[in-house]
Amino acid sequence: MAIIDATEPRRILPKIPAALRSPFGIVGLAIISIWVIAAVLAPWIAPTDPLAQIFPRLQPPGQDTLLGTDAVGRDVFSRIIYGARISLPLSVLVVVSSMVVGTVAGAIAGYLGGVVDEVIMRIADVIFAFPTIILAMVIAAALGPSLANAFIAMLVVSWPAYARVARSLVIVARQNEYVIAGRLLGSGVFRSLRRDVLPNVISPVLVLAMLNVGTAILEFSGLSFLGLGAIPPTADWGAMVADGVQQFSSWWIALFPGIAILSIVVAFNLVGDSFRDSLDPRTRNAIKTGMK
Amino acid sequence: MTDRLLEMRNVTVGYRQPGLGFVTAVDDVSLELAGGEVLGLVGESGCGKSTLARSICGLEPLRTGTITFKGIPVNRLSLRRRPKPLVAIQMVFQNPYASLNPRRTVGSQILDGVRASVRPVRWTVAELLSEVELDAADALKYPHEFSGGQRQRIAIARAVAASPDLLIGDEAIASLDASLQAKIARLMRRLAVESGAALLFISHDLAVVRVIADDVAVMRKGVIVEHGPVSQVWDSPTHDYTKRLLAAIPVVDGLGTMPGTAA
Amino acid sequence: MSAILSIRDVQLSIGDAHILKGLSFDVPSGQVTGLAGESGSGKTMMGLAICGLQPAGSSLTGSIEYDGKNLLGLPPREMNSLRGSEIAMIFQDPSASLHPMLTVGRQITDHLRHHTGIGKAEAARQAIATLGELQVPNPESALRKYPHEFSGGQLQRIAIAGAIICKPRILIADEPTTALDVTVQAELLRLLKHLCVELDLAILFVTHDLGVMSALADRIVVMRTGEIVEQGSRFDVITAPQHPYTRSLIDSLPHALSWGDQGVQP
Repeated sequence: MAIIDATEPRRILPKIPAALRSPFGIVGLAIISIWVIAAVLAPWIAPTDPLAQIFPRLQPPGQDTLLGTDAVGRDVFSRIIYGARISLPLSVLVVVSSMVVGTVAGAIAGYLGGVVDEVIMRIADVIFAFPTIILAMVIAAALGPSLANAFIAMLVVSWPAYARVARSLVIVARQNEYVIAGRLLGSGVFRSLRRDVLPNVISPVLVLAMLNVGTAILEFSGLSFLGLGAIPPTADWGAMVADGVQQFSSWWIALFPGIAILSIVVAFNLVGDSFRDSLDPRTRNAIKTGMK
Repeated sequence: MTDRLLEMRNVTVGYRQPGLGFVTAVDDVSLELAGGEVLGLVGESGCGKSTLARSICGLEPLRTGTITFKGIPVNRLSLRRRPKPLVAIQMVFQNPYASLNPRRTVGSQILDGVRASVRPVRWTVAELLSEVELDAADALKYPHEFSGGQRQRIAIARAVAASPDLLIGDEAIASLDASLQAKIARLMRRLAVESGAALLFISHDLAVVRVIADDVAVMRKGVIVEHGPVSQVWDSPTHDYTKRLLAAIPVVDGLGTMPGTAA
Repeated sequence: MSAILSIRDVQLSIGDAHILKGLSFDVPSGQVTGLAGESGSGKTMMGLAICGLQPAGSSLTGSIEYDGKNLLGLPPREMNSLRGSEIAMIFQDPSASLHPMLTVGRQITDHLRHHTGIGKAEAARQAIATLGELQVPNPESALRKYPHEFSGGQLQRIAIAGAIICKPRILIADEPTTALDVTVQAELLRLLKHLCVELDLAILFVTHDLGVMSALADRIVVMRTGEIVEQGSRFDVITAPQHPYTRSLIDSLPHALSWGDQGVQP
């Protein structure tokens, strides 16, 4: 009973400003923007070619380069900037794809129920049974190391989470009278899903996606670390951390890419949290009894 | 003999409850409705009246019996689109806050109803909004900008837009303020009767049913216990349950008379 | 019949929204005072304000005098000791106001034990007695059951039992019968009237249903968008309303319409 609800109902459509409502959200968004700009402007702002082995090897930061050089004399700073061009878009792409695939699969399962539901959910269960990174590794290794295969591997292990969330939301949402009214007016199943169900369950799914970008970056970094993602000598944060681990006394080789990964993960988490907070009243039971 | 619009013969509807076996919600009910008639279906919670309404729309499977609409049998709504002739049965639901899609404008939702109509002459969204006493400009607004009573009017407009031959109100006024209930009920009656449609008005409130219905059927535990013209049932009820229901209605006379019989 | 609760010039605002705009009325003991109004009139908020349950961040001014004290100025500790013991409240949906995972016995004795300090056995005894008075079937076994095992009407009786077990002096009832069937409502109205007289309770009954008012209330206060437009004895307000708004409320009821009114209206 919304007896406390004497204020205006919340905005229905969450626009980007929602993330800006909290200071943390602003910080997160700022960090992401910086990296996006860095990735786009990489050829102009990176001091050198990331693949050029022109500096003295294993040089500490502050001498010829800002952040030092790696085992073959490449500039760490330039590699980090160029690394953003791979890690960031790929992770976002994985998240978006698995969100789309998972949500559609889960929505169909939730709406239709019965055999379709069982089949889709059991497939999801099989995937859930494995630890994500192990399964991703196995798939990527089986397909062969490449960026595209890393993408496929991560997509396969990520979609079930969205499917589960979407399915539960759809099972509830399809009971809403406006969905039934749509069917009574002659809507078929897909139209009903597209117009009435999905738009109203998308918000929590979006929040999940936001919070998962960080995980995706970490997973991709992990795959690259194991040599299953970006192929050397491509600059990629995970691969750089892998290299740095082999040169432990040259701490700068692993530390700075590590900080880059950290910053992006935290940024997406901040934005995701802020998004979720601003959407919270909407995920509550939608049956309001109005003001009395 | 007028052409029977809706015929229900020996309809039984129920569901399986784990541990309790088969629970009957509607027990061997037979009803008929002709175009232009208003039938009030009265009963308390759990009596099966909503299940009955849903089965007429094809939302519940029948255990036994048949439901025929304009000669066509009403089958369970499957994954396919609803058969065109059955779109002429429309329903208005109880909860005004769940009957409209919060993400779409009110006008687009009413337009859905217009597009679903099979009649050659169709309503326009502006006409419908004015019929339910809202502004034509309201078509561009979203549901959350309206009060409960207004949302219910919009839901009625959407149902009427499809030019139904049978309009069902499933406790359509129960969530509204007492001062609005009679008004909205009369609106439904007017819109139905003016277009020659039948209205099945389901309510637990006999007082409102009295105002708008021609006939009334009283339902209890899945069975229709009394059925007749509304003035007759109101003035000379035959079944005990009907008498109890009538006695429980508070009389607005300012005298402090307690409704119901002393237990 | 002294006025146990005196409300004077109560104003409540949340941000820019003026919810209550200067309400003044009395709630005497041994009587049912009806607070009538449509959705948005602020009647529920008034009930909550009396209990000190107004939303956080709202500004509440005026005086709500009870027992010589202004409830609005009371420190939270004192208010907490009054709430549940001397001032009780019941709500529209008992299945939402009772905890689904606690037994009925626990829910109606918790605050009793907190306020009076009596032991479990004694509290259970009192709970059984109260449930019996309210005609809840099998009170002993009811104590061990959970809310979902009861019907709406029984749940509301249980909620009332929880409210009166500490023998409060004021009971605020916010639309307690609106969600119930009409026969169940009739029983509950009789019950409330009986309690009002038996326990010399001051009942503030909040509802939009003037039919219920006509049966139960002794005095009626009519609210509209945060203001009182009319108040008086039940008979006066219903049979000879002074304010056009009250008149329109009464005229809109189906009970007020005669059989001949049925039919097409422009």
